[in-house]
Amino acid sequence: MLNRYPLWKYLLILVVLIVGLIYALPNLYPEDPAVQISSSRATISLDERQLDRVGRALDEAGIPVKRIDDEANGALIRLADADDQLKARNIVNETLGDDFTVALNLAESTPAWLESLGAAPMNLGLDLRGGVHFALEVDMEAALTQRLEVNASAIRESLRDERIRYRDTEIEGRTLLLTFANDEDRSKARRIISREFPNFQYEDREAGRGATLAMTLTEQQVTEIQDYAINQNLTTLRNRVNELGVAEPLVQRQGPSRIVVELPGVQDTAAAKRIVGATANLEFRLEARPDTPENETETIAFRNNEQRTAELMRDVIITGDSVSSASRSFDENGRPQVNINLDGTGGTLMNRNTRSNIGRAMAVVYIDNQTRTRTVMKDGEQVEERVPYTERGIISLATIQSALGNSFRITGLDSPTEAEELALLLRSGSLAAPIYFVAERTIGPSLGKANIEQGILSVEIGLLLVVLFMLIRYKAFGVVANIALTINLILLTAALSMLGATLTLPGIAGIVLTLGMAVDANVLIFERIREELRAKMPIQQAIHAGYERAFTSIIDGNLTTLLVAVILFSIGTGPVKGFAVTLSLGILTSMFTGIMVSRAIVNLTLGGKSVKKLWI
Amino acid sequence: MRQLDFMGKRRYAFIVSGVLLLVSILTLLFQQLNLGLDFTGGTLIEVRYASAPALDTIRQLLEEAGFRDVSVQTFGTANEILVRLQQAFDPDVGTRVTDILRQSGESVNLVRAEFVGAQVGGQLRDQSGLGMLVALGVVMLYVAFRFQYKFALGALVALIHDVIIVLGVFSLFQIEFDLTVLAAILAVIGYSLNDTIIVYDRIRENIRKSRIDDMAVIFNDSINQTLARTLATSGTTLLVLLALLVLGGDMIHNFALALIIGVAIGTYSSIYVASALLLAIKLEREDLIPAKKENAEEEELP
Repeated sequence: MLNRYPLWKYLLILVVLIVGLIYALPNLYPEDPAVQISSSRATISLDERQLDRVGRALDEAGIPVKRIDDEANGALIRLADADDQLKARNIVNETLGDDFTVALNLAESTPAWLESLGAAPMNLGLDLRGGVHFALEVDMEAALTQRLEVNASAIRESLRDERIRYRDTEIEGRTLLLTFANDEDRSKARRIISREFPNFQYEDREAGRGATLAMTLTEQQVTEIQDYAINQNLTTLRNRVNELGVAEPLVQRQGPSRIVVELPGVQDTAAAKRIVGATANLEFRLEARPDTPENETETIAFRNNEQRTAELMRDVIITGDSVSSASRSFDENGRPQVNINLDGTGGTLMNRNTRSNIGRAMAVVYIDNQTRTRTVMKDGEQVEERVPYTERGIISLATIQSALGNSFRITGLDSPTEAEELALLLRSGSLAAPIYFVAERTIGPSLGKANIEQGILSVEIGLLLVVLFMLIRYKAFGVVANIALTINLILLTAALSMLGATLTLPGIAGIVLTLGMAVDANVLIFERIREELRAKMPIQQAIHAGYERAFTSIIDGNLTTLLVAVILFSIGTGPVKGFAVTLSLGILTSMFTGIMVSRAIVNLTLGGKSVKKLWI
Repeated sequence: MRQLDFMGKRRYAFIVSGVLLLVSILTLLFQQLNLGLDFTGGTLIEVRYASAPALDTIRQLLEEAGFRDVSVQTFGTANEILVRLQQAFDPDVGTRVTDILRQSGESVNLVRAEFVGAQVGGQLRDQSGLGMLVALGVVMLYVAFRFQYKFALGALVALIHDVIIVLGVFSLFQIEFDLTVLAAILAVIGYSLNDTIIVYDRIRENIRKSRIDDMAVIFNDSINQTLARTLATSGTTLLVLLALLVLGGDMIHNFALALIIGVAIGTYSSIYVASALLLAIKLEREDLIPAKKENAEEEELP
């Protein structure tokens, strides 16, 4: 019969709607700005009297408190207004003194039953709520040393190829020192090396024994290497924070050697540091042979067992820079492993090195640059000083079974989590130079309160105008379109929340724009129904024909746009990716609501009945 | 219903499009785009107040002093303020800003002033460009597969036409081009493509249905039939955009502006560029309906 849906279609729509409602609902319970109190020593706990004093102090300062939750060893004070958060922290700090740590936090207020279903609200972006600000210092000297080490490896290899004996290679600041047994070897080496590395300043130095060749980086090269290091690190950090594609972070260079990373919706800096990720790199090296001269080897301990060490070659085959993609999986025995794909040059190097060394062992070395904070007295004041240190450890040492090519796997990892972290690290590229956290602060929203309120108002009015327009133009069918539009909004919100998307003001404007364009499906259908009615088609048939004939137009139009969005997502980065996610979700939900939901409503109300006049 | 003769006026439209494109390309070549803080980077200034200041006042003071793209936020505590400006870094800018802020009579200390790099790296720029090209290529293939290659050509030219003109307007009037405008351009591509396909769909339907061979008449009918839909959809979209433009404030102003221009141009181009171009490259009924295989029947005869 015309304009009837089978029961399963109604049920399907109902199920989608309920799921959508559940996952969209947490957005009605925004996170509370809060101040978290925890005792700095386990022996001290927060008692009633202190909490009372804090409450009174906040009251006197005119800061409205929403609720105070007791927590293990402390309390969580929920505030009504985010603007008061910093002021409140200062007051609590003064009231309680040094025995307690007072930190900013965003407290979830999603009801427990929703939380148990995994539902959570969307984050608000840097422009609406602020977040956490990190300053990272790029170690420029280390960038130079690393470059020289890579050059030294290459030089050692070509010297071996040319059968020139050398005693030692050493790095001293910006200079690479090569020591030879005699003048003759040195001048032969100088000819070969200066052809390969024309950009160095060469100088013969006479040391106590043997002849030394000093090659120094020129000023221009130093600047180039440092610029490269900063840009490479910027790219890597961007890739790491952009993994999700919808988090709306900010990564930019600040001053000559710093990088700023700002992440929205995070006030817990420990969590944010995990997102920015470890400052680590990987190296692939061969194990030393028993007869390898000592100046070519280095002893490195294992990461999971410091007692165990291995002698490795100082030459690095490749570093994590050469990895083009990496993913976690499990081997035949269910043990975690990381699958690695190398880029062209990396693959060639790996192949050349492993082909001639089958039967030897190859190590994967994990290098992490970290800082320790130390308090020192300086000019009679206590100053926190950060001391950088490097942690090296072998992750795995395995025998090369056959020549490796562009893709291979690393096994010998402790847990699936470790494999996942390693894959993420390799995937997002490795750092060209070590970085250190030098500052972390919470920052307020970058938009003013007035600006935010204006933006939200404009979005609400825009949406209202669309609803009115549809009502006036399509009357009863306008109601249908508006119900479909509301459901579309709920589904889109739910989908974005499930993905953990971050809302910025332009993002909200984009969502409303998507909704404005999404009525297109209904417009197409309704115009077609009108057309068929004008052509004197009976009412039920006109409705049927309207939906059927508009269908191909809707599918063609939306599919092409969806294609664009999917490609932008797979190729684009950062903000482009985020936009593509919103766009494609918007297309999918609007096709569902515009075609199926609106049809279901029309079928339910008009289908199979004798309708004299259609109010359209 | 009154029929409007769209195709009869296509010569004027070609002239209009040609002029718009020429002006856009010239201004893009000679003036370029006025790129915003997201793309160019600027200056970051950290100041410390004796007591917590009102952020809106700071914003106002700096804007009155002629700084552009001012972002003011608290930094760690309520007394410390982070200011970002779209302003090439020079050693004096820190003291200049501090002096301006002291006008309100509060005690302000400069903590540091440094340049900040672009938020958008070269990688994003290159990848977005590549993404755009691949996207256009795939869309062309899809349209060629669903319709016919002449339609693909029309759709592609219309898209490029729209993007260049929107960019041209931003360049000509030196309106600030930031990340939100880039997003708007991507949305324009989606919108314009959708609009073109809807009109094409009707053209295809009418070519198959009718027996007239005059393509211009079929095109006119198709465009007139979809006109109500075109106006309704661009109408709702423009309503939203106008609300955003008028009420939305600085942050969404340019986003809305780019889209308003884009939606207007996109609607125009789906009629006069995408469709009129099909006439120019001589689309025929045989392109959509394979010529009747008269020979095939003959072959079956003994």
